[in-house]
Parts: sequence; structure tokens; C-alpha cells
Amino acid sequence: MDEPINLVLFSGTDDKLQAAAVLTAGAAALGKPVNVFLQYWALDAFRAERIDRDHGLAPEAGAEGKGHVDALRTAGQASWAETLRQAKDLGSVDIQACSLSMDLLGIEESDLDPLVDGVEGVTAFYLNAGEGQVVFI
Amino acid sequence: MDTLETMTEPEIGARVDARGLSCPMPIVKTAQAIKTVASGALVEVLATDPGSLKDFTAWCRSTGNELVEQAADGTVYRFVIRRK
Repeated sequence: MDEPINLVLFSGTDDKLQAAAVLTAGAAALGKPVNVFLQYWALDAFRAERIDRDHGLAPEAGAEGKGHVDALRTAGQASWAETLRQAKDLGSVDIQACSLSMDLLGIEESDLDPLVDGVEGVTAFYLNAGEGQVVFI
Repeated sequence: MDTLETMTEPEIGARVDARGLSCPMPIVKTAQAIKTVASGALVEVLATDPGSLKDFTAWCRSTGNELVEQAADGTVYRFVIRRK
């Protein structure tokens, strides 16, 4: 078994979540297991009632960047949530919520979108990460 | 599919039209499609994502599937992949 790719998602803007979803789906298509750990604002974006909302873009996007992102959406680009759903269908993708962030944001497990497989602490995250790369987004 | 064994060239077992889809969807859809065909069967993919040439080469090398054909017609790439 390949070592997993481990993505820590911190940012909750659509551009960063989209980039993370692309990395996840690409690894899944290669047969690499992927562990995704949701912290802070990324976790907030995975609330069931918020996942399909507009989460804005990173500040560096600016007006011109927003134009490019909007054009890609209009052309039919799959949302980051849909990209993650396809990645999960395709391969071994485990998405876990950070328990500290759950407390911080006052989120219950029942508030989360079904994309999220469970809640864990950082120790479990590192244990599952093994010798695989850790990427922070 | 019953006639497959009697043919000299394996026919296309599945087609993926990924034209207009951005990265990584052409690869994701191909990875899904390849699971639907038997070992040795062919999958044809059409894509317009400019990263496709390098991505399909890399994906085939990594997964062990064989890139039988690749061609570009203007902005459309065509790949034929044999499942390992």
C-alpha cells in the first residue's frame, strides 16, 4: 500500500478548497489513499447547511481573480464539494474534522455534511498520516 | 462484448468525453471508466484540458495502464488506453 497523501485544510475560501479538492481527486485517481483533516474555516465550510454557499476567495484574488474563477464556474467546473464526492467514489479518501475546531466553532457532528467521515484529534491524524507527505492549505 | 475475442483488434470498451472539463475531471472520469472494462480492453478519452498530455502519460505510468495512442486535433486531445 502506498503511503497516504495528507491534506490539512485550514482556509475556508472556495479557491483554496477547490485547489485542495483537485489535489484530492488527482491522488485518488492514482490509487493513493488521501487523508483530509479539516480545521478552522475549512471545517466551517463543511457544515451541511453551508457547503453549497459562496465562500468567497482569498484576498489576493482581487477583482480580476474573481473574474477568472467565475468564468471557470460558468463554464461548468465542478464545485469543490462535488469534486470531493467524486474523489470519494473513486478511491480511498477519508475526511476527518479536527475536534479542537469543532469545539472552537461550536459545531456538532450532526451539523456536518456527509462528506465528513468523522471527528478526530491531531494525534490520530498523525498516526494515520504515517510516513506520507503532509500538505497544509 | 461477446464478440471481443473473435476480433483481431480489441474494440473500444468505454468512451469518456471530457471535453470542456477542467483538471482533474478528465483523469477522474477515466479512472472511473477503466474500472468498467475488462483487462486488455480499450478506453477512448477526448479532453481539452491543456494539462492532459502530461497528466495522461503520468497517470498511465503510475497505474500501469498502457497509453496506446495519443493525438491532438487542434485543442482536442484523444487518448486510447488499454487496461492492464
